[in-house]
Amino acid sequence: MAEKLKLEMVTPYKRVLSEEVDEVTAPGAVGEFGVLPDHTSLLTTLKVGELTYKQGTETFRVAVNWGYVEVEDNVMTVLVETAEPADQIDVERAKAALSRAEEALKKLTNEDKEFKIMEAALERALIRVQVAGKTLH
Amino acid sequence: MANLKDIKKRIGTVKNTQQITKAMKMVSAAKLRRAQDAVVAARPYADKMADVLSSLALRVDADGHALLAERGKGKALIVLITGDRGLCGGFNANISKAAERFIRDNKEGFESYELLIVGRKGNDYLKRRAGMVIGKVHENLVGSGQVSYPIGALLGQEVIELYRNGEYDSVFLIYNAFQSAMTQIQTVTQLLPIVPKVVDEGTQLTDYIYEPNATQVLDEILPKHIEVQIFRSLLESSASEHGARMTAMDSASKNASEMIGKLTLLYNRARQAAITKELLEIISGAESIKS
Repeated sequence: MAEKLKLEMVTPYKRVLSEEVDEVTAPGAVGEFGVLPDHTSLLTTLKVGELTYKQGTETFRVAVNWGYVEVEDNVMTVLVETAEPADQIDVERAKAALSRAEEALKKLTNEDKEFKIMEAALERALIRVQVAGKTLH
Repeated sequence: MANLKDIKKRIGTVKNTQQITKAMKMVSAAKLRRAQDAVVAARPYADKMADVLSSLALRVDADGHALLAERGKGKALIVLITGDRGLCGGFNANISKAAERFIRDNKEGFESYELLIVGRKGNDYLKRRAGMVIGKVHENLVGSGQVSYPIGALLGQEVIELYRNGEYDSVFLIYNAFQSAMTQIQTVTQLLPIVPKVVDEGTQLTDYIYEPNATQVLDEILPKHIEVQIFRSLLESSASEHGARMTAMDSASKNASEMIGKLTLLYNRARQAAITKELLEIISGAESIKS
């Protein structure tokens, strides 16, 4: 039995992570799910949210955007559009984006084309602030 | 023989031009390095995407999905990626010609072709050619900076929308693939309907658990695949453009220094001739006084 799980996280810009980890929790499209070593092969989509992984007793957090996950032979490949580890998030910027999105949403109605875009932006900003906030406190 | 002042002026002009081409070469070299890194960085994502896609497509009935099913041979859309700016050798002309050639060679394939051009230069060239139907032009989409993913994503969504609405039966992508600073490969790929990479027979297929289910996962991945492909081609094209510009500016700088050498020689010769002439005049003047 394998002791560790290999976590690979790739975005269109770069390879974010490539680490041996003990446990991963990811925001799946149908709900949050955990992956331990020797997990069976799995393919699922992710939604905007927070992905955490454990190395020993330490827990790391990453804010992820839309993407999907493939688990095969103890390698977990996470393909996401953006991935920001908690310590790399600029909280001020995230908060600014959050209030910007809120402002814009107030002016728009449900039918507007931009509504969905702004809603998604709001969600992303919210997650970023959340993920960054947890490490600070 | 041209007079001294004129030659000197010429040398000055050529020197100025050389300074500009040298600076442009340096800028392109710096941009090329960054663009090249971006191309390399995007590869794992795109490759992984293609892998997952082909294994998925094998499991799902190909005709079951709008983006996979083969359609008729009516209208085809060609997404042509060119640059916005010139001074990069044959970069823009070559890719525009490649598109023209593709349409000419595949006349039987589809009833008609329409172009969606990214970049001002491609439009400049193709709008003057006979028989080219330009549907839409995106100018300054990338600008002079780096290609960002949202640009590729938006373009991808636009193409998918057009395809889903049934305006086109097939979509092709033509762009310059980056090989080295000197060479670009004009690449034509079929974007839609998606042709999954063929998996060798005998390769063990993993049985995945799909969450929520295979069709839904496919539904989400296929549009992303298009976006990623377009994003990647934009990256490749931008790296190629910088490479082409660097090479073009390098040879322009070389030509300029060659020209400066020739002009300097001419200038020195003219100067020498003038001195000799003056000397002769003085000597003959002195001779005439003596006698």
